[in-house]
Amino acid sequence: MQATASAATPEAVRPPRHHYLNVDYGLRSWLLTTDHKRIGILYLLSITFFFAVGGIYATLIRLELLTPQGDLVSSDTYNRLFTMHGVMMIFFFLVPSIPAVLGNFLIPLMIGAKDVAFPKLNLASWYMYMIGAGLTMYSLLHGGVDTGWTFYTPFSSSYSNSFVAATALGIFVNGFSSIFTGLNFLVTIHRMRAPGMTWFRLPLFIWSHYATSLIMVLGTPVLAITLVLLFLERVFQIGFFDPALGGDPVLFQHFFWFYSHPAVYIMILPSLGVISEIVAAFARKPIFGYKFVALASMGIAILGFLVWGHHLFLSSQSAYAALVFSVLTMLIAVPSAIKVFNWMATLYRGSIEYSTPMFYALGFIGLFTIGGLTGLMLGTLGIDVHVHDTYFVVAHFHYIMVGGALMGYLGGLHYWWPKITGRLYSGFWSHLSALLVFLGFNLTFFPQFILGYLGMPRRYHVYPPEFQVLHVLSTAGASILAVGYLLPMVYFIWSLKYGDYAGRNPWGAVGLEWQATSPPALHNFEEIPVVDFEPYQYKGAPVAQRLPYRIAKYGA
Amino acid sequence: MSEHEHHSLWKPYGQVLVALLVLTVVTVVAANFHFGTPWSDLVALFIALSKAALVVAFFMHVKGSTRLIKFAVWTGVIGIAIFFALTLSDYATRVITYVDAPRM
Repeated sequence: MQATASAATPEAVRPPRHHYLNVDYGLRSWLLTTDHKRIGILYLLSITFFFAVGGIYATLIRLELLTPQGDLVSSDTYNRLFTMHGVMMIFFFLVPSIPAVLGNFLIPLMIGAKDVAFPKLNLASWYMYMIGAGLTMYSLLHGGVDTGWTFYTPFSSSYSNSFVAATALGIFVNGFSSIFTGLNFLVTIHRMRAPGMTWFRLPLFIWSHYATSLIMVLGTPVLAITLVLLFLERVFQIGFFDPALGGDPVLFQHFFWFYSHPAVYIMILPSLGVISEIVAAFARKPIFGYKFVALASMGIAILGFLVWGHHLFLSSQSAYAALVFSVLTMLIAVPSAIKVFNWMATLYRGSIEYSTPMFYALGFIGLFTIGGLTGLMLGTLGIDVHVHDTYFVVAHFHYIMVGGALMGYLGGLHYWWPKITGRLYSGFWSHLSALLVFLGFNLTFFPQFILGYLGMPRRYHVYPPEFQVLHVLSTAGASILAVGYLLPMVYFIWSLKYGDYAGRNPWGAVGLEWQATSPPALHNFEEIPVVDFEPYQYKGAPVAQRLPYRIAKYGA
Repeated sequence: MSEHEHHSLWKPYGQVLVALLVLTVVTVVAANFHFGTPWSDLVALFIALSKAALVVAFFMHVKGSTRLIKFAVWTGVIGIAIFFALTLSDYATRVITYVDAPRM
């Protein structure tokens, strides 16, 4: 999208006189807001900060790995770097990213509601997030944790000299934020849909958030229990996991991964929803196999709870249980593949427009596919024995969590930014940023597949010199990736003051959120909409919905 | 609220309270009997689950709630059942070694 300067802005694209951003200006009005859109903005600012913190740790890790000697930081410091990178990125950025920012902002708009079901609980979720993040920052500022983000026992419970208890407490509190958000979304989607908005008229973004919310509500309490048990063992020496105290360390891994594997789907499912919206909008076609894509989200959420044991293949888990988990892991590829194939079928003979969100969506499909297929390799017992705890695993989960979840988040942010702010951003710079992210990402993480396959273990900062070339490539890629991430911060902020007005529907997209003004009014709609149309009816969508400058440029 | 309604509301609560107290006594008594592994654990778990079911059904008003509420409760129960079952699939089969396994 090109934010062309126009002297005379048509009245139709001017923002409304009153909207959620100018309803009040004081700090108090933001900190005590119960408006789902403002809470989404609070989350946007917060997670961006913690993404930057996690990014600083990533930078230090990549700098350290430039040379084989381990000459920048000590082994102990390196342990703390990758742990805090993981903790920050997973618990304080990726898990809340799309649900808490875009989900909060868009779910009521997309289903034709004035707000979420429990607005005060929604605000409470942000406060729980901030308290949890504050506790974790406290431990970070005092030296951090060195256990890895997985907190494996008995090291974490009995031997580590780092701030395990404070961090565990921070993540425990943050978990309530997740539960509150999930509960709110489930009730909102069940109870607050506009008249005529049946289940199979819901946007796929909503279906994916429904599935995500189920995982949040069912899985997060188990993480909380796990962290409480870890806390009790560490602080009061009550034996649950430490063999010296009569516990079983593998039990911790069962507890931890029962949440943390589904948590991968908390991160990726909302992205899948975003991609469905973008692909349909910029191929200008209805999603191929809408019901299958919708139900695939539910399939992923349910099967996601059955596969955690593939993290324990080499942790002395029973070989028979490993076999069962391996088979179940293969099954989850089916709903994931349904989505990818259906996006492909949607693109086929579509009127594809290479806008910035579409760049991210196409990048996502490729990276998610690579991440997913390497996941199948890791779910295969024989291969996992070879590459377990190597950089192959690191590359795989970054293809899912960064190539998938983060690309989806950025794609969604670019797609709905005009709705959120009422402004357009620079077409050139946003295209450039999407390209840099894609290229930088692949240069960073593809060499890590090779590194891992050759035997480079994860979580080591001293390595044989023959691995240096691949590590240098990876660090070079990370530098490009960093530029790709920094650019949107610049042009998004620029757009707030200098970007052209977006109008209600700059993409000519269908969906209730595009019927609201940009930025939306305090209660979203002038009157509650009545839904008498099927989702993604792009065929023959009136061109007049498109932005006026496009009509001037391309003709109506 | 009439006296009759007030009475009908509290009566089942009282009965459930008595049942919970009785089951607590049963828990203590059962702990003194050694049924052997794994029966001692199973008996204790059965009593605990019975108490939990009473609390969920009556004190949390799930009995008499809509099907959606019951569905939500069962979703949680099934979630925990999956957690236990698949975790136990590890512990229960660790003792089976390759040598013990039936030969194909």
